[in-house]
Amino acid sequence: MPFSTQEIMETITMVENYHFDIRTVTMGINILDCADPEIKVATRKSSEKILRLAEKLVKTVHKVERTYGIPIINKRIAVTPISLVAQASKANNYLDFAVMLDRVAAELGIDFIGGFSALVHKGATPGATTLISSIPEALAATAKVCSSVNVATTKAGINMDAILQMAQVIKETAARTADRNGIGCAKLVVFANTPEDNPFMAGAFHGIGEPEAVINIGISGPGVVKAAVERLPDADFRNLVEEIKRVAFKITRAGELIGRKVSGELNVPFGIVDLSLAPTPAVGDSVANILEAMGLERCGCPGTTAALAILNDAVKKGGAMASSAIGGLSGAFIPVSEDAGMIAAVQAGALSLEKLEAMTCVCSVGLDMIAVPGETTVETIAAIIADEMAIGVINNKTTAVRIIPVPGKTVGDMIEFGGLLGTAPIMPVKNFSPAKFVRRGGHIPAPFQALTN
Amino acid sequence: MISRNGVIELQGKERVVVTVTGQDRVGIVAAVSKTLADHNANIVDISQTVLQENFFAMILLVDIANASADLLDLEEALQVTGTALGVKVMVQHEDIFGFMHRI
Repeated sequence: MPFSTQEIMETITMVENYHFDIRTVTMGINILDCADPEIKVATRKSSEKILRLAEKLVKTVHKVERTYGIPIINKRIAVTPISLVAQASKANNYLDFAVMLDRVAAELGIDFIGGFSALVHKGATPGATTLISSIPEALAATAKVCSSVNVATTKAGINMDAILQMAQVIKETAARTADRNGIGCAKLVVFANTPEDNPFMAGAFHGIGEPEAVINIGISGPGVVKAAVERLPDADFRNLVEEIKRVAFKITRAGELIGRKVSGELNVPFGIVDLSLAPTPAVGDSVANILEAMGLERCGCPGTTAALAILNDAVKKGGAMASSAIGGLSGAFIPVSEDAGMIAAVQAGALSLEKLEAMTCVCSVGLDMIAVPGETTVETIAAIIADEMAIGVINNKTTAVRIIPVPGKTVGDMIEFGGLLGTAPIMPVKNFSPAKFVRRGGHIPAPFQALTN
Repeated sequence: MISRNGVIELQGKERVVVTVTGQDRVGIVAAVSKTLADHNANIVDISQTVLQENFFAMILLVDIANASADLLDLEEALQVTGTALGVKVMVQHEDIFGFMHRI
């Protein structure tokens, strides 16, 4: 037997007992060549191209999933930022593009489609401005379309005008989906240093430096890492890190194999494996629970930032050895509503918005799936985004904000989004006003960290 | 090996790992072997044991290069056999174990 019983059973146990899966196979597709002065022509060309290139995506993923016995949870598509494709037209609203993407996603049987996006870190083109103003209507009118806007980079600085505008867009998106607890905001993310090959939603888009089409993989496996940590209740940190690295290596290898196999079957180049540990609302599939297994009474207590830093670094070190191409976000996710341990920590009063912000400094990728009171002001949301963007810009890393000001809800309420989006406790926000600060307007210049040449 | 365009080139071997677990009873090995033989799938290696409380566990390495069914069809046939026996059957291409456990 080329493999020991122990090795075979380890792989099977990871799937059966510890929720190991591949979170997403995301196909990136360039549709820049579908631009047209007539928006109807542009959407038709885009639709035809996506349907043609991704025709066999779902079928192929199912086949590979069964071949290796590793569940693949989501099939997704990321397209060229629509602001770039649509701006050739004179249209003053890009809703048609969102509707087209939603229809294509339904037709292909995929879970999400990303790329209703704009990059405005230095300034906004007319196309980007039109796209941003179309977001609330687009997210209210569609189910599977995801939107992202990059408002800051280390090289360009922070576009504060765009941040204020995005805060308004978030409020309006929540209002337009008020009957569904503001779920539109769960499909909208604001970025600093956004990667061009991210397979995860809501931030995935197909960057302009990418090939015509590409397959990117997002792995998962918090449950597997937690089980590894629990096997070593008394180990010192060096031994703990070694064990996490071993597990990260194995789960990343599975992602690498599946990515390459799907890529080969579809004859589409393989892009990257994203090393992010992505939790789900399922019990035992929580990043917070890993930190607690390390010895914290509750996620959010003092020590949480250090524990997350250890986890994140060990996952990267193990994963980096396992794949020929690492990319995307590659940082542990701490989405509150999608992680049962995070929800419990918020409800217990252990985890606050401020602690989550601190955690994003050590390389989680942002304030993710945070539900706040519906009455939270535009200025406060803008300031929360600005803080997070500053962390990303100064530390040369990706940060993001996905925040839901749930209409009519207040601290203590629980919001049900369903599926992978989970359940969100409404979190308190400090109510001292940053209005004067965020309304100064303009652009925060690139930091010293940008001057690397 | 990985080709220039990033596509994986496997070794050309078509071998699957079949794992059978559940309550022990008469005829599990016979029934699983028969299903494999019916599809011209060749058992290359086999490891079988009964653990405490009559828990049956068997791992087979099966060559399907000359089989009359591909992996997915063979898996369906083995699921039918497993269901009739009341045991859990998993069929996985051997590459997943090679990738995860071998450098």
